[in-house]
Amino acid sequence: MTQLKYKDTVYTVPDGSSVLDTLLDNGEDIPNSCRAGACQTCLMQATHGKVPAAAQNGLKDTHKAKNFFLACSCVPQDDMEVCLPDVEKLKFAATVTEKNKLSDNVIELKLKTDEPLKYYAGQFVTLWRDDVLGRNYSLASLPHVDDELIFHIRLIENGQFTGWVADELKVGDRLHVQEPVGDCFYTQGNPEQSIQLIGTGTGLAPLFGILRDALQSGHTGEIHLFHGGLDASGLYLHDMLTHLAEHNSNFYYHPCVVHANEGMASNIIEADLLEIVSQTVSSPAGWKSYLCGDPEIVKKLRKQIFMAGSSMNDIYSDPFVYS
Amino acid sequence: MASLYERLGGEAAVDAAVDIFYRKVLADDRVNGFFDDVDMEAQAAKQKGFLTMVFGGPNNYTGKDMREGHKHLVERGLDDSHVDAIVELLGATLKELGVGDADIQEVADLANSVRDDVLNR
Ligand SMILES: Cc1cc2nc3c(=O)[nH]c(=O)nc-3n(C[C@H](O)[C@H](O)[C@H](O)COP(=O)(O)OP(=O)(O)OC[C@H]3O[C@@H](n4cnc5c(N)ncnc54)[C@H](O)[C@@H]3O)c2cc1C
Ligand code: HEM
Ligand code: FES
Repeated sequence: MTQLKYKDTVYTVPDGSSVLDTLLDNGEDIPNSCRAGACQTCLMQATHGKVPAAAQNGLKDTHKAKNFFLACSCVPQDDMEVCLPDVEKLKFAATVTEKNKLSDNVIELKLKTDEPLKYYAGQFVTLWRDDVLGRNYSLASLPHVDDELIFHIRLIENGQFTGWVADELKVGDRLHVQEPVGDCFYTQGNPEQSIQLIGTGTGLAPLFGILRDALQSGHTGEIHLFHGGLDASGLYLHDMLTHLAEHNSNFYYHPCVVHANEGMASNIIEADLLEIVSQTVSSPAGWKSYLCGDPEIVKKLRKQIFMAGSSMNDIYSDPFVYS
Repeated sequence: MASLYERLGGEAAVDAAVDIFYRKVLADDRVNGFFDDVDMEAQAAKQKGFLTMVFGGPNNYTGKDMREGHKHLVERGLDDSHVDAIVELLGATLKELGVGDADIQEVADLANSVRDDVLNR
């Protein structure tokens, strides 16, 4: 068993327990969300002791160098002393400039940071209501085109953050945005490569950002966007994407639902998303794939696309992991 | 004479083999159960470690690492039949890449040399 020092108190870490669990079990307030190493909400810093490599998966090199780590994925091998990082430097104050309804349960939120934020469309940030409640949201906006940061937020039943966004947050309110992370974004230099963007629900947010980035950058290869919803009301950008596909000869939009609605648009297919993907792009070798949204579906897609011949390095994904 | 690792083509050969090998592993019902609940990307990186080792390349794995690394799998039933399957898939991968039989045998021998450690015997 190892010892863990936090704010002048020494705790014993039960065998196999993470730093996050140990501190939470002892009544400390440590921000967290996915508890699976995906969201970086539980970022902490080690001031003494060795950080296990697994606790730094996905962190930027600059953060690794400062001994930052993910508390949920850190099972200490040696005694450690830890603190919450100096978050002020990582967080940007922002003002809500717009809050629109995209569908019955998706809100479009626009924020303006006091200082400009450097990011790529498709990366994700942590939005903080206060010091403790933070959740990840993906960037649907383009840094050089949009003045504001744009998010698509799906309302979750009894959701702490999304409930607050729906019921309390209003234009003019202030909140904090923590620096963008993730490698799910468009990269220049390969304009002829075919791209498939696949997502469910608000997994569309980063894909929409990536799509716009690719089109803006003059991408000439085929771009296929598959958006899956339970029914047509989940395809919350249907009209805009249909319009985009009509005006860009290399862009194809594949809206896909589990349950058909009466009178839904004729281009919507009632079918399993995974099947439509494998039928449309049966040999993805050489393609770039971006997968976002429901973690189970992302996992299945990743395997399916890899097995169909894509290199692992060409598959980018952002599963919206939650605990 | 060049070492096995050099003859196979070094790191580039490992990179070429990793996707093919991993795809075979995931498609094979004899062994894919052991790889199901691990993160695919992390796993792909580990496959690289595995391939570098059995290609005779530079690595720091010790017998003790092999024991510890596979202990939880042995508890889940890992046995000789699974090692045989992995060696077979490894051979099929190399064949696909055009490697000759003698070199394939050498790779198989290397993999087999750590069999007892992998199976914690
Ligand atoms: C990398 C990343 C990017 C993300 N990007 C976006 C985005 O662009 N848009 C967006 O809307 N969301 C996104 N999310 C999800 C988001 O971070 C929150 O998890 C989500 O909004 C729920 O937060 P909450 O506080 O309202 O719910 P919580 O209070 O955390 O959860 C309330 C209850 O609902 C359950 N729950 C939480 N999420 C789900 C779910 N998706 N499905 C079913 N049950 C659930 C929980 O288990 C809990 O019981 C992203 C997540 C990750 C990891
Ligand atoms: C033939 C001899 C074998 C050798 C030389 C070998 C080698 C290795 C190496 C070097 C690693 C660690 C990679 C790393 O952590 O960097 C590893 C991990 C692993 N091996 Fe093997 N292996 C062998 C057989 C097997 C077999 C037969 C199976 C199952 C069918 C298996 C399943 C795994 C799994 C699942 C991991 C990842 C464990 C984890 O971290 O969760 N291995 N192996
Ligand atoms: S990364 Fe630790 S809680 Fe999400």
